[in-house]
Amino acid sequence: MLPPTPMTLSEKIIARAAGKDSVKPGGIVTCAVDLAMMHDSSGPRRAGKMLDQLGVAPWDTSKIVIVTDHYVNDPDPGSVKTQEITRQWVADKKIGNFYPEQGICHVVLPEKGHLKPGMFCVGADSHSTTGGAFGAFMIGVGATEMTGVLATGEIWVRVPETLRVSVSGTLSDGVAAKDLILKLCGDIGIMGANYMVVEYGGAAVRAMSVDERMTLTNMAAELGAKTGIIAADETTAEMLAAAGAGDVDINAWQGDEDAPVARTIDIDGPVLGPQVAAPTSPENAAEVAEHAGMSLGQAYIGACTGAKLEDLRMAARVVRGRKIAANTRFFVAPASILIHEAAAVDGTLKILEDAGATILPTGCGGCIGLGPARLDEDMTGISTTNRNFVGRAGPESSKLYLASAYTVAAAAITGEITDPRELLARGVGK
Amino acid sequence: MSAEKEPIEGRAWVFGDNIDTDQLAPVPSYMNKEPEEGCKMCLQAVDPDFAASVGKGDVFVAGNNLGIGSSREQAPQYLKMLGIRAVLAKSFARIFYRNTLNYGLPALVCAEAGRINPGDEVRVDPLAGTVENLTTGETLEAEPLPEHLLTMIADGGLLAHLEKKLTPGK
Ligand code: SF4
Repeated sequence: MLPPTPMTLSEKIIARAAGKDSVKPGGIVTCAVDLAMMHDSSGPRRAGKMLDQLGVAPWDTSKIVIVTDHYVNDPDPGSVKTQEITRQWVADKKIGNFYPEQGICHVVLPEKGHLKPGMFCVGADSHSTTGGAFGAFMIGVGATEMTGVLATGEIWVRVPETLRVSVSGTLSDGVAAKDLILKLCGDIGIMGANYMVVEYGGAAVRAMSVDERMTLTNMAAELGAKTGIIAADETTAEMLAAAGAGDVDINAWQGDEDAPVARTIDIDGPVLGPQVAAPTSPENAAEVAEHAGMSLGQAYIGACTGAKLEDLRMAARVVRGRKIAANTRFFVAPASILIHEAAAVDGTLKILEDAGATILPTGCGGCIGLGPARLDEDMTGISTTNRNFVGRAGPESSKLYLASAYTVAAAAITGEITDPRELLARGVGK
Repeated sequence: MSAEKEPIEGRAWVFGDNIDTDQLAPVPSYMNKEPEEGCKMCLQAVDPDFAASVGKGDVFVAGNNLGIGSSREQAPQYLKMLGIRAVLAKSFARIFYRNTLNYGLPALVCAEAGRINPGDEVRVDPLAGTVENLTTGETLEAEPLPEHLLTMIADGGLLAHLEKKLTPGK
């Protein structure tokens, strides 16, 4: 008998979902879907409608999760209608896993215990890649494709090649996963991992919290990747157990060390400094010093990428005992209700509010230019979100820099792009 | 085997790297416009003659990163409406690749696509993963498409395929 072919974690999951012993990059296989996630924008009003037009029922309602996060807290009649359509469809189809206005889908999904290592998942949103932080293989699809999944429970995939990113050591104080992923965007560009899966590993990734790992897999989308993935470990298992995911088998879902990969990138963790991505692409990333002093009208901590509990705590460390600059407004929109509550209990929100932050209800909000954090005409802002394309977070005349929660918080205090390590080094309030 | 799974023979239209979805489907082509009108603007910024001159059964050939940009489904839709029957590229942007197949057009990764010249007669066999250049006599390798995807393509794309499979009486 031939020895088993070494496979990456993604290949193992795809093979399992396709009912095959092994798969190879470039091959096309059909996979059974373990979980399908949709939100109010892509879900019932688009994929749901197409499914109804086909006249078929969802293949398995227990495997469908619907979250409303995009057009929430928005008085626009179109948004209100979208919420109505969503609620109605969920009721009609008896979808049990429905989380209306509880947070952003990519954060709510693991929070409610829906993800586990080894699962094959799809989401009707491009940042569904986030689910890879839990050792699952999760890809983003369009509404037409989601219709196919809802109807059949299956999807075809072209097995992606793997880009292995290995980060040594630990990140230094004031530097976060966001800086790491922005650096990668700058180094290889927004098509740099086209069609690949980005597998993150190395001591610095192992040392990261689940929140931080989610930032890496979330922004695999900004590298053009099919998805991102991080093999589960004790940290993952602990978080998932607390979320009620049940038994988690981390040993069964590890890649083989000797599996061939298309490309490897090694990053020296300790030397990485804070990054900012200048308008109008994440790939315009550079050392914070390059843009230091750029005056800003708004600092925003929000989105699935940058408003998890750990992001809020990073921001609180920077602003503690300080006041925001007169020229800059500062908004914080926690990525979920549970995060909002936890940040209220541990005092994080109070620190942010005392500094002058306005806490906004959870949802996509400012990330897509909705609500109070929408940028004004000609305004330049900085945010913890993942995309800064023209017109995404406000009118076309607005400009957006992307950075970590440390750097965005530092900008709120000084009113300009600032290396957060300067404020952290000075100590509380100085 | 249905007709669509058989090799596709046609004239090659050759483009370079990084043909993006804004070039394939410019925003004004679908704002308040029907696709029948909009498709006439396909690639107008790159080759103003393309939409008017492309013939039924022609083959679209491109370099790297074909279809980069947004996920708009008009990009493959226009190519199909204009008569293109197969798309070859050195590499595809992933969403465009999926959209193209789901719209019922075979899309093949062909690392040697650069060896095809404009106007060459080519014969594409998606199942075998070969591209015969009838003009030069060369045979190029491409990544084959599995039979089940070709069935979906033959049915006219993902939605038409689902309709046929799931609601046969309709
Ligand atoms: S917060 Fe932004 S990136 Fe995240 S799901 Fe919402 S719109 Fe998409």
